[in-house]
Amino acid sequence: MDRNQAHRNRRRLLKTAHFIGLFLTMLVICVPGLWIVLNSFRPTVEIMAKPPVWVPSFTLDHYRAMFAGAGEGGVPVFSYFRNSLIVSVTSTFIAILIGMSGGYAFARYRFWGKNSYFVGLMLFRAVPGVALSLPLFIVFAKVGIIDTHFGLILAYVAMNVPFTIWLTDGFFRQIPKELHEAAEIDGCTRWQAFWKVEFPVARSGVASAGIFAFLTSWNEFALASQLTRSVGSKTMPVGLLDFTAEFTINWGGMCALAVLMIVPALILTFIVQKHLIAGLTFGGVKG
Amino acid sequence: MTRRRLPEWLVLLLPAIIVIAAVVLIPLLFSLYSSFTPYKLTRPSTLWKWVGTYNYEKILSDAKFWAAFGRTVLFLTIVLNLELLLGLGIALMMNKVTWGQRTLRTILMFPMMFSPILVGFQFKFIFNDNIGLVNNVLQSMGFNAALPWLVDGKLAMFSIMFAEIWMSTSVFAILILAGLFAMPRDPLEAAKVDGCTPWQSFRHITLPFLMPFIYIAMTIRSLDVARAYDIVQIMTGGGPARRTELLWTLMSRTGYVDARMGLANAMGYVSIILSILFTVYFFRKLSAARAELGMAG
Repeated sequence: MDRNQAHRNRRRLLKTAHFIGLFLTMLVICVPGLWIVLNSFRPTVEIMAKPPVWVPSFTLDHYRAMFAGAGEGGVPVFSYFRNSLIVSVTSTFIAILIGMSGGYAFARYRFWGKNSYFVGLMLFRAVPGVALSLPLFIVFAKVGIIDTHFGLILAYVAMNVPFTIWLTDGFFRQIPKELHEAAEIDGCTRWQAFWKVEFPVARSGVASAGIFAFLTSWNEFALASQLTRSVGSKTMPVGLLDFTAEFTINWGGMCALAVLMIVPALILTFIVQKHLIAGLTFGGVKG
Repeated sequence: MTRRRLPEWLVLLLPAIIVIAAVVLIPLLFSLYSSFTPYKLTRPSTLWKWVGTYNYEKILSDAKFWAAFGRTVLFLTIVLNLELLLGLGIALMMNKVTWGQRTLRTILMFPMMFSPILVGFQFKFIFNDNIGLVNNVLQSMGFNAALPWLVDGKLAMFSIMFAEIWMSTSVFAILILAGLFAMPRDPLEAAKVDGCTPWQSFRHITLPFLMPFIYIAMTIRSLDVARAYDIVQIMTGGGPARRTELLWTLMSRTGYVDARMGLANAMGYVSIILSILFTVYFFRKLSAARAELGMAG
């Protein structure tokens, strides 16, 4: 009897520990983000209050100021948002096209030095953005595409292609060769066979590669901060710094912009979250 | 006479090769060249003066550089190990959850969506010594002192590591969780019947199976270790008094603030080699682990 009781107690203890551990983990993950969202709705006086005010009041001032553009601080958020969107969407689209054709080449053809090509491509992704930004800044300035959408798009395409190749390669390998061979026997050209048979099967892999490319471009800072100068091409991560002056920081405004930045990424990720995990594991383990 | 056509695989790879050559390879060659010159942005003519390995000798004999280098290596070692351990722990906990697992997994993915610059800003706000959440909570609980989180050297390093770990642990957790889902049940049950303790079955069955997943996570992480630059840049900018200076912030300061491009590019090459070593190491581990599991393509 006693042993039974002890065993039951131990299980209950383990269960509680498990619950507390999970709860703490989720707390640590959620609180920082929620704190930002909460503060974007609080008036500046309250954010700066000493001693701290724990019961929040509600105001849309920061959002109003942000969207009014020329408001307090005068950060042209709309332009930044538009720049970010143009650059991210275009570069993702191009990177997917280029990466997909590269991934297909690695998955379907045998050629000499394939593995070294592959690792070589990956190494280009490993070059730190800061280290690349120094020479890229000079080269782009010489060519005259600094501070343009085109320059940034070009840089992001190059940044995203290797990883896209890695992911799509893994996915195309999953598809049996017989599929496109059958299509070709039925009279498709190789091109048609790809778009009509293989592409639809690999779609979830392409979707996850697309998400990663989009997130990388949307969130990138090290390159963007050097390759963009004016309102016409600055992206949101760079724009975030507009709220910091020499000694003061407009916390509320920054929080509002942060929320604006994270919302599209969150929505997009919710839509394709299933593909995201599948993409990473398939591409990596079985590739 | 028919013209020789390029093989199909090359045609398919060509766009990727061209883009990468234009945007990464050529600038890197240029920076390799300029790291042998005293190039200054303010004086373009300095680009044509060859000084040999002067820049490299200079940074290699510079205590500030070595301090930043050592700090970067230390930073990466601590951060990557903690991320792996925490990720493993979180994944094991999540695997035991019977209710609401999908929701929890979605929450777990939040930090992956955050821009590093946003993570930096968020923790700069939270760790602010005057109005930050951490100090406010501490003070409300009765501690009287305001801890100088981002002003004191050691605390600042801790805050930066905390931010970095917050951002990247979920990559490990999610990939390891995916590995746990894919794991066959039979060996574990057999081990239980044979009388293995939970620790033994974890150590000898679960962990070996998870290894490839851990290496994927490591490889993906090692591709952009330099993301830490964004966090440090916005949280402390390398300060106070260079206490949180990493290789990357030192490089960008030398290049953009002091305009000494040649010197900065020489540092850049050291950092590139560091990143490449990390990546190659984990790639090889990954292929070895794959081969062991018979998953090699």
